[in-house]
Amino acid sequence: MTALLSLDRVSKRFRGLLAVDAVSFDVPEGVIFAVIGPNGAGKTTLFNMIAGAMAPDDGAIAFAGQAINGLTSDAVCRRGIARTFQLVRPFPALSVEDNVIVGALLHHRDVGAARERALAVLRRLDLFDKRNQIAATLTLPDRKRLEVARALATEPKLLLLDEVMAGLRPTETDRMVATLREINRESGLTILLIEHVMRAVMALAARVLVLDHGVAIAAGAPEDVVRDPAVVRSYLGTEAL
Amino acid sequence: MAAMIARLTNGLSRRALGLLAALLAVLLAAPWIANDYLLTVLIVILYLAYTGQAWNIMMGFAGQLSLGHAIYAGLGAYIPAVLFTRYGIGPWVGFLAAIPIAALCGAIIGFLAFRFGVAGVYFAILTIAFAEFARIGFDHLTIVNASAGLFLPVAQLSHNDLWRLRGSPTKFYYVILAATVIALILSRLLLRSRMGYFWLAIREDEQAARAAGIDTFRYKMYAVMISAAVTSFAGVFYAFFYNNLFPEQVFNISRSIEMILGPIIGGIGTLFGPILGAFVLTGLAESVTSALAAFGVDLPGAKQIFYGICLLLVVVALPEGIWPWLARRLGVAERKR
Amino acid sequence: MGLGVYLNVAVAGVLTGLVYGLMALGLSVIFGVVRVVNFAHGEMMSIAMYIAVVLFSSFHLDPLVMLVPIAAVMFVFGYALQAGLINPFITRPEHSQFLLVVALAIIIVNALLIIFGPDARTVQTSYAYDSFEIGPVIVDASKAYAAAAAIVVTVALFAFFRFTLIGKAIRACADNYTGALVVGLNVNRLYALTFALGAACVGAAGTMMTLITDVTPALGPGYTLLAFVIVITGGLGSMPGALVGGVLIGLTEALAGLLFTPSAKSMFAFGILVLVLLFRPQGILGRRLT
Repeated sequence: MTALLSLDRVSKRFRGLLAVDAVSFDVPEGVIFAVIGPNGAGKTTLFNMIAGAMAPDDGAIAFAGQAINGLTSDAVCRRGIARTFQLVRPFPALSVEDNVIVGALLHHRDVGAARERALAVLRRLDLFDKRNQIAATLTLPDRKRLEVARALATEPKLLLLDEVMAGLRPTETDRMVATLREINRESGLTILLIEHVMRAVMALAARVLVLDHGVAIAAGAPEDVVRDPAVVRSYLGTEAL
Repeated sequence: MAAMIARLTNGLSRRALGLLAALLAVLLAAPWIANDYLLTVLIVILYLAYTGQAWNIMMGFAGQLSLGHAIYAGLGAYIPAVLFTRYGIGPWVGFLAAIPIAALCGAIIGFLAFRFGVAGVYFAILTIAFAEFARIGFDHLTIVNASAGLFLPVAQLSHNDLWRLRGSPTKFYYVILAATVIALILSRLLLRSRMGYFWLAIREDEQAARAAGIDTFRYKMYAVMISAAVTSFAGVFYAFFYNNLFPEQVFNISRSIEMILGPIIGGIGTLFGPILGAFVLTGLAESVTSALAAFGVDLPGAKQIFYGICLLLVVVALPEGIWPWLARRLGVAERKR
Repeated sequence: MGLGVYLNVAVAGVLTGLVYGLMALGLSVIFGVVRVVNFAHGEMMSIAMYIAVVLFSSFHLDPLVMLVPIAAVMFVFGYALQAGLINPFITRPEHSQFLLVVALAIIIVNALLIIFGPDARTVQTSYAYDSFEIGPVIVDASKAYAAAAAIVVTVALFAFFRFTLIGKAIRACADNYTGALVVGLNVNRLYALTFALGAACVGAAGTMMTLITDVTPALGPGYTLLAFVIVITGGLGSMPGALVGGVLIGLTEALAGLLFTPSAKSMFAFGILVLVLLFRPQGILGRRLT
């Protein structure tokens, strides 16, 4: 397997605080990869560096063999990495369909073609019947699905999901997990998710990276990682108590 | 041709089309019905409908608040006027010269603001600063007669000359009516284009727009430049209709404010809002002025106070403007975008 | 022209700049706490100026004496404005707030025009032509008094925010709106109070301004822009920044008026604004926003 995304000793400092400390990992093509860790572990910072929202202070990020660190977020998206936001940010006054059309227009110059692509994605995400609703009026689970739909519409090679399960009820989580698995299986789309909900991580991820205080403390298959003493101490232990 | 019309009207209900056609018919027939006074009022209304639409491209579609649009109208007025009075070059050629200069001016303001992260209210103040800069600058520029004002040879009312934009008010009326219709068509085409979607995305949430791969800098630049270019024609019309230009008036911040009142009252970001707003605002203001005149009251600031109160009421009571509300009443609301 | 001329003009510019600074301070306080851009600021100042002019021409009340009463009137005006009109708008989008205040500005300018007519009005005090000679420098008495009063008001405002309980509560609101709500501060009342204080500042500045310049209804928008130029130059939300910006702009205008032509002087102020926005958007003394 070749690595689609590869991080090499990536670091980020905020004033004195080392938020991400020389983190290296590879995301192979076609897998679902999860980054977990307690609050403040540096997950979102790491995520933002990959998505181009901030530049790393040190280290290199390569995507499909090309360096992408320091690119702006729109340039990163055009390379084939689409993201969602932890606090969902659909375009509030636009309809569900138009939200997704915006994403689809990245690779379709023609609005009609983009609309067809958008409608296909909406069917995939079970949002087709709500396509004429204004995004601001959707429920939280639907807004989360809409974010995923908009990202998918850009036809990415890598999908970055920032806590896409947070705030969902267990049934909603299972629904999202099922959708993501299907998309991964059908199209071979590589997915990198940052997640708090262990239930989702265990069900989805083929590989897991554990961050704690900005340092990668473990990596591997989910069932191995959860048994790793360092992980149990830093993360699962405190959560379990 | 038929395909183009079909594309333009696609998505409009039969009822909306009917109302639009009826309005256009009335406006086309107006010179035969209206007296000179009413025709002048209609010219003012259409002028504001046109500038409102031009401003709406930038604020309503792309979400960039400009409070200095007088600078683009001013350039559009002065460039052809100088070419006409000094070199006898006709207004349409002058307009062709004004378009790139106005667009360039917009590009400079946009570049400075967007590259250096000047946004929101700061951006609005930057646009005012540039307009004020132009006002004072033109006030000292001898080639445009500085503060003494630039005068165009007064039109021969009997002789209609479209090429030189001279003639009767009726001709000016049709020119500005055509411009307003063209602006409406242009707005609709832009809004339904790829760029239109990107503008709306930027207006709604710039960061999310970037995450969807949109080069927001580029599309914001396009918005400013197109809006500036469209606005510049209003200046050409102004110069040749009024035949006199003073920097103090042309670049005054009140001109910028007048331009934005229509779309705000009508409905920012809607296609018909700027036109409706211009009718409502000017219609009401003229009624108030005539009413006051009927009682023998002549107060120079009364009309502006009336503008202020209208603006206040609309901002408080109908933050989305009159058109979205009216469109629902008329049953012609387009699918919300 | 000798060096003396430049020195005199520079001193006059700095003194006028201090009054500008007080005006801008009002704007800065309002923005810093209420987060509303008061686009009717210059118009509010012209209200104060007209009150001062009327009091002088009708009752011969010296603006220096009327400073506090006029500031108090503007305080009440500001409180009513925030509590009655602006408060429901603090959660609305920026452009919506902006338009509300622009509407207000239009109404004020034209109401003044209708009441007082378009002609300039002046305050002719007995000391209007007095001056002090300090070494080579000749200082206009009116400007000196106006600047001194501006400094006194500014110091009082600084002390209020630093030492009084209400002042501290207002600063808490500015730092953390939600936090202020949580600890039980009456945020709406504090906002109204802040707007009132800002209005009082601009009222005091307007009163002093009548000693320096004529007043016409059309002045309002110009002063609003000037206040914005100053506040952005000094740093939006920074109180010392407003003063520094005021002095800088006052000085620039005075020297530009001497070196070029007085009618072009505000071009230089706008020039400074553009440079500051581009190269130091947080202003000279402002904190960098992240």
